[in-house]
Amino acid sequence: MAAKKEKKQDKPIVLFVNEEKEPLLSKKNIALVTDPLNDNNPITVQVLGICSALAITVQLKPALVMAIAVMAVVASSNVIVSLIRNFIPNRIRIIVQLVIVAGLVVLVDLILKAFAYDVSKQLSVFVGLIITNCIVMGRLEAFALANGPWKSFLDGIGNAAGYGIILVIVAFFRELLGSGKLFGFHVIPEEVYQMGYMNNGLMLLSPMALITVGLLIWVQRSRNRKLIEK
Amino acid sequence: MDTNSNKYTFIFSIIMVVVIGVLLAFAAVSTKGRIDKNVRLEKMQNILLTVDVQTDREGAEKLYNQIIKEQLSLKEDGTVDESVDAFNINLAQELKKPVNIQRFPLYIAENEGQKYYIIPLRGAGLWDAIWGYISIEEDLNTVKGAVFDHKGETPGLGGEITTEWFQQQFQNEKIYNANGELTGVQVVKGNNDLAGTRKDDNAVDAISGATITSKGVSNMLAERLSRYSLYFKNIKSNLAIQKP
Repeated sequence: MAAKKEKKQDKPIVLFVNEEKEPLLSKKNIALVTDPLNDNNPITVQVLGICSALAITVQLKPALVMAIAVMAVVASSNVIVSLIRNFIPNRIRIIVQLVIVAGLVVLVDLILKAFAYDVSKQLSVFVGLIITNCIVMGRLEAFALANGPWKSFLDGIGNAAGYGIILVIVAFFRELLGSGKLFGFHVIPEEVYQMGYMNNGLMLLSPMALITVGLLIWVQRSRNRKLIEK
Repeated sequence: MDTNSNKYTFIFSIIMVVVIGVLLAFAAVSTKGRIDKNVRLEKMQNILLTVDVQTDREGAEKLYNQIIKEQLSLKEDGTVDESVDAFNINLAQELKKPVNIQRFPLYIAENEGQKYYIIPLRGAGLWDAIWGYISIEEDLNTVKGAVFDHKGETPGLGGEITTEWFQQQFQNEKIYNANGELTGVQVVKGNNDLAGTRKDDNAVDAISGATITSKGVSNMLAERLSRYSLYFKNIKSNLAIQKP
Protein backbone atom coordinates (compact mmCIF):
# COMPACT_ATOMS: atom_id res chain seq x y z
CA MET A 1 0.00 0.00 0.00
CA ALA A 2 2.65 2.43 1.08
CA ALA A 3 4.77 1.69 -1.93
CA LYS A 4 1.83 2.38 -4.17
CA LYS A 5 1.22 5.73 -2.61
CA GLU A 6 4.82 6.74 -3.09
CA LYS A 7 4.62 5.97 -6.73
CA LYS A 8 1.73 8.35 -7.07
CA GLN A 9 3.92 11.14 -5.73
CA ASP A 10 6.01 10.96 -8.84
CA LYS A 11 3.38 12.80 -10.84
CA PRO A 12 4.60 16.29 -11.55
CA ILE A 13 2.07 18.52 -9.84
CA VAL A 14 -0.84 18.03 -7.47
CA LEU A 15 -3.36 20.54 -8.65
CA PHE A 16 -6.54 19.90 -6.70
CA VAL A 17 -6.15 18.57 -3.21
CA ASN A 18 -8.92 17.67 -0.77
CA GLU A 19 -9.13 20.15 2.06
CA GLU A 20 -9.11 17.33 4.59
CA LYS A 21 -6.91 17.52 7.62
CA GLU A 22 -3.36 16.58 6.88
CA PRO A 23 -0.10 17.39 8.62
CA LEU A 24 1.53 20.71 7.66
CA LEU A 25 4.46 18.98 6.06
CA SER A 26 2.78 15.97 4.57
CA LYS A 27 4.38 14.25 1.63
CA LYS A 28 2.10 16.07 -0.77
CA ASN A 29 3.03 19.39 0.71
CA ILE A 30 6.74 18.70 0.63
CA ALA A 31 6.35 17.67 -2.99
CA LEU A 32 4.95 21.15 -3.65
CA VAL A 33 8.32 22.57 -2.68
CA THR A 34 10.63 19.92 -4.10
CA ASP A 35 8.85 19.28 -7.38
CA PRO A 36 9.66 22.63 -8.99
CA LEU A 37 13.31 22.23 -8.02
CA ASN A 38 13.80 19.45 -10.54
CA ASP A 39 10.95 17.60 -12.27
CA ASN A 40 8.87 20.68 -12.83
CA ASN A 41 11.44 23.44 -12.78
CA PRO A 42 9.95 26.74 -13.99
CA ILE A 43 12.99 27.65 -16.08
CA THR A 44 14.41 24.43 -17.45
CA VAL A 45 11.20 22.45 -17.81
CA GLN A 46 8.40 24.98 -18.17
CA VAL A 47 10.72 27.57 -19.76
CA LEU A 48 9.17 30.51 -17.88
CA GLY A 49 10.94 33.57 -16.55
CA ILE A 50 13.76 33.27 -19.08
CA CYS A 51 14.02 37.01 -19.75
CA SER A 52 15.17 37.94 -16.26
CA ALA A 53 17.22 34.77 -15.98
CA LEU A 54 19.33 35.91 -18.92
CA ALA A 55 19.63 39.51 -17.85
CA ILE A 56 20.73 39.41 -14.24
CA THR A 57 22.98 36.39 -14.06
CA VAL A 58 26.24 38.21 -14.82
CA GLN A 59 27.11 38.18 -11.13
CA LEU A 60 26.08 35.98 -8.23
CA LYS A 61 24.96 38.72 -5.87
CA PRO A 62 22.23 40.30 -8.00
CA ALA A 63 21.10 36.84 -9.07
CA LEU A 64 20.70 35.82 -5.44
CA VAL A 65 18.87 39.02 -4.54
CA MET A 66 16.62 38.62 -7.57
CA ALA A 67 15.83 35.05 -6.50
CA ILE A 68 14.95 36.23 -3.00
CA ALA A 69 12.83 39.10 -4.37
CA VAL A 70 10.94 36.76 -6.68
CA MET A 71 10.47 34.33 -3.81
CA ALA A 72 9.00 37.06 -1.60
CA VAL A 73 6.67 38.18 -4.37
CA VAL A 74 5.52 34.71 -5.51
CA ALA A 75 5.00 33.36 -2.01
CA SER A 76 3.15 36.36 -0.63
CA SER A 77 1.03 36.96 -3.72
CA ASN A 78 0.14 33.26 -3.70
CA VAL A 79 -0.95 33.50 -0.07
CA ILE A 80 -2.94 36.71 -0.57
CA VAL A 81 -4.73 35.47 -3.66
CA SER A 82 -5.42 32.13 -2.02
CA LEU A 83 -6.91 33.86 1.04
CA ILE A 84 -9.33 35.93 -1.00
CA ARG A 85 -9.85 33.38 -3.78
CA ASN A 86 -13.51 32.86 -2.91
CA PHE A 87 -14.20 36.61 -3.02
CA ILE A 88 -12.47 37.49 -6.27
CA PRO A 89 -15.02 38.21 -9.01
CA ASN A 90 -14.18 35.71 -11.71
CA ARG A 91 -14.40 38.19 -14.56
CA ILE A 92 -11.71 40.49 -13.23
CA ARG A 93 -9.51 37.90 -11.56
CA ILE A 94 -6.50 38.55 -13.81
CA ILE A 95 -6.69 42.28 -13.04
CA VAL A 96 -6.96 41.56 -9.33
CA GLN A 97 -3.92 39.30 -9.49
CA LEU A 98 -2.01 41.89 -11.44
CA VAL A 99 -2.78 44.67 -8.96
CA ILE A 100 -1.72 42.50 -6.03
CA VAL A 101 1.51 41.46 -7.74
CA ALA A 102 2.26 45.02 -8.84
CA GLY A 103 1.69 46.30 -5.32
CA LEU A 104 4.05 43.72 -3.87
CA VAL A 105 6.71 44.44 -6.48
CA VAL A 106 6.63 48.17 -5.75
CA LEU A 107 7.01 47.29 -2.09
CA VAL A 108 10.04 45.09 -2.81
CA ASP A 109 11.52 47.83 -4.99
CA LEU A 110 11.16 50.42 -2.23
CA ILE A 111 12.72 48.10 0.34
CA LEU A 112 15.66 47.34 -1.96
CA LYS A 113 16.21 51.04 -2.66
CA ALA A 114 16.19 51.81 1.03
CA PHE A 115 18.31 48.94 2.31
CA ALA A 116 20.28 47.58 -0.67
CA TYR A 117 20.72 50.56 -2.94
CA ASP A 118 23.60 49.22 -5.05
CA VAL A 119 21.87 45.95 -5.73
CA SER A 120 18.67 47.75 -6.63
CA LYS A 121 20.63 49.83 -9.14
CA GLN A 122 22.12 46.71 -10.67
CA LEU A 123 18.75 45.03 -10.92
CA SER A 124 17.29 48.30 -12.24
CA VAL A 125 14.27 47.59 -14.40
CA PHE A 126 14.21 43.91 -13.63
CA VAL A 127 12.68 44.39 -10.19
CA GLY A 128 9.75 46.12 -11.85
CA LEU A 129 9.64 43.40 -14.43
CA ILE A 130 8.94 40.77 -11.76
CA ILE A 131 5.34 41.85 -12.38
CA THR A 132 5.48 40.36 -15.83
CA ASN A 133 7.45 37.28 -14.77
CA CYS A 134 5.33 34.43 -16.09
CA ILE A 135 6.09 32.36 -13.02
CA VAL A 136 4.18 34.73 -10.74
CA MET A 137 0.96 34.93 -12.74
CA GLY A 138 1.26 31.29 -13.71
CA ARG A 139 1.31 30.11 -10.13
CA LEU A 140 -1.58 32.38 -9.17
CA GLU A 141 -3.76 31.10 -12.00
CA ALA A 142 -2.74 27.46 -11.80
CA PHE A 143 -2.45 27.01 -8.08
CA ALA A 144 -3.39 29.77 -5.66
CA LEU A 145 -6.90 30.23 -7.06
CA ALA A 146 -7.72 26.62 -6.24
CA ASN A 147 -5.79 25.87 -3.07
CA GLY A 148 -5.53 26.94 0.56
CA PRO A 149 -3.02 29.54 1.77
CA TRP A 150 -0.50 27.12 3.29
CA LYS A 151 -0.24 24.96 0.18
CA SER A 152 -0.08 28.08 -1.96
CA PHE A 153 2.71 29.42 0.19
CA LEU A 154 4.70 26.21 -0.21
CA ASP A 155 4.01 26.19 -3.93
CA GLY A 156 5.27 29.77 -4.21
CA ILE A 157 8.43 29.02 -2.23
CA GLY A 158 9.07 25.89 -4.30
CA ASN A 159 8.66 27.55 -7.67
CA ALA A 160 10.69 30.59 -6.72
CA ALA A 161 13.40 28.31 -5.36
CA GLY A 162 13.38 26.35 -8.61
CA TYR A 163 13.80 29.63 -10.46
CA GLY A 164 16.44 30.85 -8.03
CA ILE A 165 18.51 27.68 -8.19
CA ILE A 166 18.89 27.98 -11.95
CA LEU A 167 19.70 31.69 -11.62
CA VAL A 168 22.42 31.00 -9.09
CA ILE A 169 23.94 28.14 -11.09
CA VAL A 170 24.03 30.21 -14.26
CA ALA A 171 25.41 33.23 -12.41
CA PHE A 172 28.08 31.06 -10.78
CA PHE A 173 29.49 29.97 -14.14
CA ARG A 174 29.11 33.37 -15.77
CA GLU A 175 30.83 35.27 -12.99
CA LEU A 176 33.56 32.64 -12.56
CA LEU A 177 34.42 32.26 -16.24
CA GLY A 178 33.53 35.78 -17.28
CA SER A 179 35.29 37.86 -14.67
CA GLY A 180 37.16 35.30 -12.53
CA LYS A 181 35.22 36.33 -9.46
CA LEU A 182 32.57 34.93 -7.14
CA PHE A 183 30.39 37.33 -5.18
CA GLY A 184 32.76 40.05 -6.37
CA PHE A 185 35.89 38.44 -4.91
CA HIS A 186 38.72 37.26 -7.13
CA VAL A 187 38.93 33.49 -6.89
CA ILE A 188 41.18 32.68 -9.82
CA PRO A 189 44.74 33.21 -8.58
CA GLU A 190 47.04 35.70 -10.27
CA GLU A 191 49.51 32.96 -11.27
CA VAL A 192 46.93 31.38 -13.53
CA TYR A 193 46.55 34.65 -15.41
CA GLN A 194 50.30 34.91 -15.76
CA MET A 195 50.32 31.48 -17.33
CA GLY A 196 48.15 32.90 -20.08
CA TYR A 197 44.62 32.30 -18.81
CA MET A 198 42.12 34.99 -19.77
CA ASN A 199 38.61 35.77 -18.61
CA ASN A 200 36.06 34.98 -21.26
CA GLY A 201 34.26 38.25 -21.91
CA LEU A 202 31.66 36.42 -23.95
CA MET A 203 30.33 34.89 -20.75
CA LEU A 204 29.22 38.33 -19.62
CA LEU A 205 26.95 38.80 -22.62
CA SER A 206 23.37 37.55 -22.65
CA PRO A 207 23.79 34.95 -25.42
CA MET A 208 26.08 32.92 -23.17
CA ALA A 209 23.40 32.93 -20.49
CA LEU A 210 21.02 31.36 -22.96
CA ILE A 211 23.63 28.79 -23.90
CA THR A 212 24.36 28.07 -20.23
CA VAL A 213 20.64 27.55 -19.56
CA GLY A 214 20.55 25.27 -22.60
CA LEU A 215 23.45 23.24 -21.26
CA LEU A 216 21.71 22.98 -17.90
CA ILE A 217 18.57 21.68 -19.61
CA TRP A 218 20.71 19.12 -21.42
CA VAL A 219 22.38 17.96 -18.22
CA GLN A 220 19.07 17.79 -16.39
CA ARG A 221 17.34 15.82 -19.13
CA SER A 222 20.15 13.36 -19.47
CA ARG A 223 19.98 12.62 -15.75
CA ASN A 224 16.20 12.76 -15.31
CA ARG A 225 14.52 10.15 -17.51
CA LYS A 226 11.03 11.42 -16.70
CA LEU A 227 11.62 14.59 -18.68
CA ILE A 228 12.42 12.90 -21.95
CA GLU A 229 9.54 13.11 -24.38
CA LYS A 230 8.78 10.09 -26.50
CA MET B 1 -23.45 36.42 -2.34
CA ASP B 2 -23.19 36.59 -6.09
CA THR B 3 -19.57 37.34 -6.81
CA ASN B 4 -20.27 37.72 -10.49
CA SER B 5 -22.73 40.62 -10.36
CA ASN B 6 -21.65 43.98 -11.71
CA LYS B 7 -22.25 45.69 -8.37
CA TYR B 8 -20.04 43.26 -6.50
CA THR B 9 -17.31 43.54 -9.11
CA PHE B 10 -17.27 47.33 -8.83
CA ILE B 11 -17.28 47.38 -5.05
CA PHE B 12 -14.56 44.75 -4.92
CA SER B 13 -12.28 46.62 -7.28
CA ILE B 14 -12.76 49.94 -5.50
CA ILE B 15 -11.94 48.47 -2.10
CA MET B 16 -8.95 46.62 -3.51
CA VAL B 17 -7.47 49.70 -5.15
CA VAL B 18 -7.96 51.85 -2.06
CA VAL B 19 -6.37 49.28 0.27
CA ILE B 20 -3.34 48.74 -1.95
CA GLY B 21 -3.01 52.48 -2.61
CA VAL B 22 -2.92 53.26 1.10
CA LEU B 23 -0.41 50.49 1.77
CA LEU B 24 1.95 51.66 -0.95
CA ALA B 25 1.67 55.31 0.05
CA PHE B 26 2.54 54.34 3.60
CA ALA B 27 5.54 52.28 2.43
CA ALA B 28 6.76 55.08 0.15
CA VAL B 29 6.60 57.68 2.92
CA SER B 30 8.32 55.49 5.49
CA THR B 31 11.26 54.56 3.21
CA LYS B 32 11.69 58.04 1.71
CA GLY B 33 14.27 59.23 4.24
CA ARG B 34 16.58 56.28 3.68
CA ILE B 35 16.24 56.38 -0.10
CA ASP B 36 17.00 60.12 -0.24
CA LYS B 37 20.08 59.57 1.89
CA ASN B 38 21.30 56.81 -0.43
CA VAL B 39 20.83 59.07 -3.45
CA ARG B 40 22.67 61.94 -1.76
CA LEU B 41 25.63 59.76 -0.71
CA GLU B 42 25.82 58.26 -4.17
CA LYS B 43 26.04 61.75 -5.65
CA MET B 44 28.93 62.53 -3.31
CA GLN B 45 30.61 59.25 -4.27
CA ASN B 46 30.30 60.07 -7.96
CA ILE B 47 31.65 63.59 -7.53
CA LEU B 48 34.63 62.23 -5.60
CA LEU B 49 35.20 59.55 -8.23
CA THR B 50 35.91 62.16 -10.91
CA VAL B 51 38.95 63.32 -8.95
CA ASP B 52 40.09 59.73 -8.45
CA VAL B 53 38.95 59.36 -4.88
CA GLN B 54 37.36 55.98 -4.31
CA THR B 55 35.20 55.57 -1.25
CA ASP B 56 32.42 53.41 0.06
CA ARG B 57 29.00 54.83 0.76
CA GLU B 58 29.46 55.25 4.50
CA GLY B 59 32.70 57.17 4.18
CA ALA B 60 31.47 59.37 1.33
CA GLU B 61 30.09 62.24 3.37
CA LYS B 62 33.19 62.71 5.53
CA LEU B 63 35.60 62.60 2.58
CA TYR B 64 33.33 64.84 0.55
CA ASN B 65 33.44 67.52 3.21
CA GLN B 66 37.23 67.23 3.34
CA ILE B 67 37.91 67.39 -0.37
CA ILE B 68 35.18 69.60 -1.78
CA LYS B 69 36.22 73.10 -0.75
CA GLU B 70 33.59 75.18 -2.50
CA GLN B 71 30.16 74.62 -4.01
CA LEU B 72 29.14 77.46 -6.29
CA SER B 73 25.97 78.07 -8.25
CA LEU B 74 26.77 80.23 -11.25
CA LYS B 75 24.55 82.52 -13.24
CA GLU B 76 24.56 82.69 -17.01
CA ASP B 77 27.11 85.54 -16.99
CA GLY B 78 29.57 83.55 -14.90
CA THR B 79 28.99 85.32 -11.60
CA VAL B 80 28.12 83.49 -8.41
CA ASP B 81 24.61 83.40 -6.98
CA GLU B 82 25.06 83.14 -3.21
CA SER B 83 21.40 82.48 -2.49
CA VAL B 84 21.29 79.01 -4.06
CA ASP B 85 22.80 75.88 -2.54
CA ALA B 86 24.67 74.24 -5.40
CA PHE B 87 24.43 70.69 -4.04
CA ASN B 88 20.65 70.76 -3.98
CA ILE B 89 20.25 72.02 -7.53
CA ASN B 90 18.23 69.46 -9.45
CA LEU B 91 19.64 69.56 -12.96
CA ALA B 92 16.70 67.66 -14.42
CA GLN B 93 14.37 70.49 -13.44
CA GLU B 94 16.94 73.20 -14.03
CA LEU B 95 17.41 72.23 -17.67
CA LYS B 96 13.74 72.87 -18.40
CA LYS B 97 14.06 76.53 -17.44
CA PRO B 98 15.22 79.24 -19.85
CA VAL B 99 19.00 79.62 -19.79
CA ASN B 100 19.00 83.10 -18.27
CA ILE B 101 17.38 81.95 -15.01
CA GLN B 102 19.15 78.60 -14.81
CA ARG B 103 21.81 78.15 -12.15
CA PHE B 104 24.90 76.11 -12.98
CA PRO B 105 26.40 74.17 -10.09
CA LEU B 106 30.16 73.93 -9.81
CA TYR B 107 32.18 72.02 -7.23
CA ILE B 108 35.75 72.97 -6.46
CA ALA B 109 37.84 70.18 -5.02
CA GLU B 110 41.32 70.08 -3.59
CA ASN B 111 43.10 66.77 -3.39
CA GLU B 112 46.81 66.19 -2.80
CA GLY B 113 47.59 69.83 -3.47
CA GLN B 114 45.79 69.91 -6.81
CA LYS B 115 42.71 71.98 -7.52
CA TYR B 116 39.88 70.57 -9.64
CA TYR B 117 36.67 72.01 -11.02
CA ILE B 118 33.84 69.48 -11.12
CA ILE B 119 30.87 70.08 -13.39
CA PRO B 120 27.65 68.11 -13.18
CA LEU B 121 26.27 66.98 -16.53
CA ARG B 122 22.86 66.08 -17.78
CA GLY B 123 21.54 65.43 -21.26
CA ALA B 124 19.54 63.07 -23.39
CA GLY B 125 20.58 59.60 -24.51
CA LEU B 126 18.61 57.36 -26.81
CA TRP B 127 15.76 56.33 -24.52
CA ASP B 128 15.98 58.62 -21.56
CA ALA B 129 18.17 60.96 -19.57
CA ILE B 130 21.91 60.50 -19.20
CA TRP B 131 23.96 62.33 -16.62
CA GLY B 132 27.31 62.40 -14.95
CA TYR B 133 30.17 64.50 -13.63
CA ILE B 134 33.38 65.69 -15.23
CA SER B 135 36.35 67.21 -13.44
CA ILE B 136 38.73 69.71 -15.03
CA GLU B 137 42.25 70.38 -13.81
CA GLU B 138 43.50 73.76 -12.72
CA ASP B 139 44.56 74.71 -16.27
CA LEU B 140 40.81 74.70 -17.05
CA ASN B 141 41.48 72.54 -20.08
CA THR B 142 42.59 69.05 -19.11
CA VAL B 143 39.99 66.51 -17.99
CA LYS B 144 40.89 64.76 -14.77
CA GLY B 145 38.09 62.21 -14.86
CA ALA B 146 34.48 61.62 -15.77
CA VAL B 147 31.65 59.41 -14.60
CA PHE B 148 28.41 58.77 -16.43
CA ASP B 149 25.13 57.18 -15.57
CA HIS B 150 21.87 56.69 -17.38
CA LYS B 151 18.25 55.91 -16.76
CA GLY B 152 17.32 53.54 -19.52
CA GLU B 153 20.00 53.08 -22.17
CA THR B 154 20.23 49.62 -23.71
CA PRO B 155 22.37 47.33 -21.53
CA GLY B 156 25.46 46.29 -23.45
CA LEU B 157 25.19 49.17 -25.93
CA GLY B 158 24.37 52.65 -24.62
CA GLY B 159 24.47 51.27 -21.10
CA GLU B 160 28.23 50.83 -21.54
CA ILE B 161 28.79 54.52 -20.75
CA THR B 162 28.83 53.53 -17.10
CA THR B 163 31.76 51.17 -17.61
CA GLU B 164 35.30 51.90 -16.57
CA TRP B 165 36.88 51.54 -20.01
CA PHE B 166 34.63 54.20 -21.48
CA GLN B 167 35.07 56.65 -18.64
CA GLN B 168 38.83 56.17 -18.46
CA GLN B 169 39.20 57.36 -22.04
CA PHE B 170 38.29 60.86 -20.90
CA GLN B 171 41.29 61.18 -18.62
CA ASN B 172 43.69 63.88 -19.82
CA GLU B 173 41.55 64.80 -22.82
CA LYS B 174 41.35 68.54 -23.53
CA ILE B 175 38.08 70.46 -23.66
CA TYR B 176 39.48 73.36 -25.75
CA ASN B 177 40.73 72.68 -29.27
CA ALA B 178 43.97 74.01 -30.75
CA ASN B 179 42.25 77.26 -31.77
CA GLY B 180 41.13 77.92 -28.24
CA GLU B 181 37.47 77.11 -28.90
CA LEU B 182 35.52 75.22 -26.30
CA THR B 183 34.55 71.95 -27.97
CA GLY B 184 34.14 69.60 -25.06
CA VAL B 185 35.13 66.00 -25.67
CA GLN B 186 33.48 64.43 -28.68
CA VAL B 187 32.55 60.77 -28.64
CA VAL B 188 33.14 59.70 -32.22
CA LYS B 189 33.13 56.61 -34.36
CA GLY B 190 36.40 55.69 -36.02
CA ASN B 191 38.57 57.70 -33.71
CA ASN B 192 41.15 54.94 -34.30
CA ASP B 193 42.43 55.63 -30.87
CA LEU B 194 41.28 52.60 -28.94
CA ALA B 195 43.76 53.01 -26.15
CA GLY B 196 42.88 56.68 -25.83
CA THR B 197 46.51 57.72 -26.25
CA ARG B 198 45.96 60.84 -28.36
CA LYS B 199 44.88 63.38 -25.84
CA ASP B 200 44.86 66.54 -27.94
CA ASP B 201 42.15 65.57 -30.44
CA ASN B 202 39.17 66.48 -28.24
CA ALA B 203 37.72 63.06 -28.99
CA VAL B 204 37.35 59.60 -27.52
CA ASP B 205 36.26 56.36 -29.13
CA ALA B 206 32.53 55.74 -29.34
CA ILE B 207 30.64 52.58 -28.41
CA SER B 208 29.70 50.27 -31.27
CA GLY B 209 25.96 50.09 -31.73
CA ALA B 210 25.30 53.07 -29.51
CA THR B 211 25.56 55.98 -31.93
CA ILE B 212 22.73 58.00 -30.41
CA THR B 213 23.95 57.56 -26.86
CA SER B 214 27.49 58.50 -27.94
CA LYS B 215 26.18 61.62 -29.64
CA GLY B 216 24.16 62.34 -26.53
CA VAL B 217 27.31 62.28 -24.43
CA SER B 218 29.11 64.62 -26.88
CA ASN B 219 26.20 67.06 -26.96
CA MET B 220 25.77 66.95 -23.22
CA LEU B 221 29.45 67.76 -22.66
CA ALA B 222 29.49 70.55 -25.23
CA GLU B 223 26.28 72.13 -23.97
CA ARG B 224 27.06 71.92 -20.27
CA LEU B 225 30.70 72.97 -20.52
CA SER B 226 29.80 75.97 -22.66
CA ARG B 227 27.75 77.35 -19.75
CA TYR B 228 30.90 77.62 -17.70
CA SER B 229 33.13 79.23 -20.32
CA LEU B 230 32.50 82.78 -19.05
CA TYR B 231 33.33 81.78 -15.50
CA PHE B 232 36.49 80.04 -16.70
CA LYS B 233 37.46 83.13 -18.67
CA ASN B 234 37.09 85.25 -15.55
CA ILE B 235 39.32 82.94 -13.53
CA LYS B 236 41.92 82.88 -16.29
CA SER B 237 42.06 86.66 -16.52
CA ASN B 238 42.29 86.90 -12.74
CA LEU B 239 45.20 84.48 -12.80
CA ALA B 240 46.85 86.51 -15.54
CA ILE B 241 46.59 89.63 -13.39
CA GLN B 242 48.00 87.89 -10.34
CA LYS B 243 50.98 86.35 -12.12
CA PRO B 244 53.14 89.35 -12.87
